[in-house]
Amino acid sequence: MSKSLLKINNIEVVYNHVILALRGVTLDVEEGSIVSLLGANGSGKTTTLKACSNLVNAERGAVTKGSIEYDGKDIAKQDPFKLVKDGVVQVLEGRHCFTHLTVEENIMTGSFIREDPKQAKQDLERVYDHFERIRIRKKSLAGFISGGEQQMVAMGRALMSRPKLILLDEPSMGLAPQLVEEIFAIVKNLNKEGVSFLVAEQNAMVALKYADEGYLIENGRVILKGKAKDLLERPDVKEMYLGVGEEGQTSFRDIKYYHRRKPAFT
Amino acid sequence: MGFDWVYLIEVLLGGLMSGVMYSLVAIGFVLIYKSSGIFNFAQGTMLLFASLTFVKMTENGIDFWTALFIAAGVMVIFGVAIERYMMRPLANQDLLALFMATVGLATFQEGFSQFIWDSDIHGLQMNKFLDLQLLDSAPIFVVEHIPWLDILLPKFDIFASLVAGSLIVVLAFFFQKTKTGLSLRAVSDDHMAAMAVGIPLQTVWAIVWAVTGIIALVAGLLWAERVSVSFTLIEAVMKALPVILIGGLTSIPGAIIGGLVIGVGEKLGEIYLGDAMGGQGIELWFAYFMALMFLVFRPQGMFGEKFIERV
Repeated sequence: MSKSLLKINNIEVVYNHVILALRGVTLDVEEGSIVSLLGANGSGKTTTLKACSNLVNAERGAVTKGSIEYDGKDIAKQDPFKLVKDGVVQVLEGRHCFTHLTVEENIMTGSFIREDPKQAKQDLERVYDHFERIRIRKKSLAGFISGGEQQMVAMGRALMSRPKLILLDEPSMGLAPQLVEEIFAIVKNLNKEGVSFLVAEQNAMVALKYADEGYLIENGRVILKGKAKDLLERPDVKEMYLGVGEEGQTSFRDIKYYHRRKPAFT
Repeated sequence: MGFDWVYLIEVLLGGLMSGVMYSLVAIGFVLIYKSSGIFNFAQGTMLLFASLTFVKMTENGIDFWTALFIAAGVMVIFGVAIERYMMRPLANQDLLALFMATVGLATFQEGFSQFIWDSDIHGLQMNKFLDLQLLDSAPIFVVEHIPWLDILLPKFDIFASLVAGSLIVVLAFFFQKTKTGLSLRAVSDDHMAAMAVGIPLQTVWAIVWAVTGIIALVAGLLWAERVSVSFTLIEAVMKALPVILIGGLTSIPGAIIGGLVIGVGEKLGEIYLGDAMGGQGIELWFAYFMALMFLVFRPQGMFGEKFIERV
């Protein structure tokens, strides 16, 4: 078993001092792996990622319990830009491109922590190699390109800091299935180059297909974890997240039963 | 006698030169607005504080360049302090809270300048310090080499617009071509995303407030030559309000062109529309009138950022 890169230990996150968003999330990202974090709207996927990148502070949230370790160091109090320097970078949900900057300028913002401008040029080429689609759009304003292209810009921007771990928040949001596959294929390629991923997704089918491991999260708790392959096989996961039942219809009684069973992981 | 073209050119040039001064003040507003999302109410008092610091030092026998350097240093420290003690605690709070904080900052700065310096009216004459041909005793510059162009221009206006113009060029270069400039534009576009890609928000804010402080110093000195270092300086800044309304709060080119439009507009209005619109003195309110027209017909200003929405 390889070394663990990110270790989230039973964290609790509270927004505005009152809203409890996470109530005990434990999660492990091994070096060189892709881990998917699955769950419905409002289950706490984004909050988990933002707790790791420490952007929760910017939304008046705080990690009140538990610990987050990256590369063996506690990062709960680290400034976001220092984390980026250390190799953890988040790609925000909904892409958040700088709409009034060109595509190339957008990508270059990711190199802010790079001191050497020559390296930045190389990295820019690397980004274009991975995302061929946006090479031809480099002079257009990021606000005017398509959603898929924006997702690529956001990911390319994150890649500029040469991260070891990318926290990818819902890359599939609002994209055509074909583009979703394309984006995940790129994720896989980057993974082969040694970048680890923690991907929050609603599209469980695609996310599990490309991941090594998966976590199911519900109401701010991890309710299930396992190898992605095994999760794809489990009947309850199939039913709830993949939309393919074992046979015919299932009654709501069974679904309720499934909900009550958490926390179910061992 | 036909239309006096030479006179028109003279009026235009005069307007452009006072316009550059408005632009300089307006850029200070735009910078803060772009990076922090608020209208900086304390801009005027920053001008006053900066120029007062400078003037008091020269009155105490410190020479021009040293005083300028120290005053710039003080403004940079002030900018960093504002970031540390005002922006940082209020980050991610309601924008109105931040705006009110700048109102408080204005009040504080007004009292603070009086407290450490004084509330007297100080004259400022650049030609006491700078031995430039442009600033010698004769205050009027006469175009001599072009025979048909017989115009008179105040020398200080030429000097001031040169200084302001070159500062604007330097700033434009800084924001369009450097890495820091790029990160500032990124921050102004999307705070959250800027943080996510590793731009230290606090550093960018500190830089912006420091730069604004230096702009305030230069603008303050150039204005002070005309209106003296006193509370009237704060009012001089109010002239920049119509400028940013016309140019757009979010656009640096807009602030520059808005300033020029206001400068030329009020001079032309004064000369050619003055009699028709109720006598002399419309220069005082003509700028506001123009701004009002813009608010009615084009509220985002000439160059204000359009809201980009994908369909």
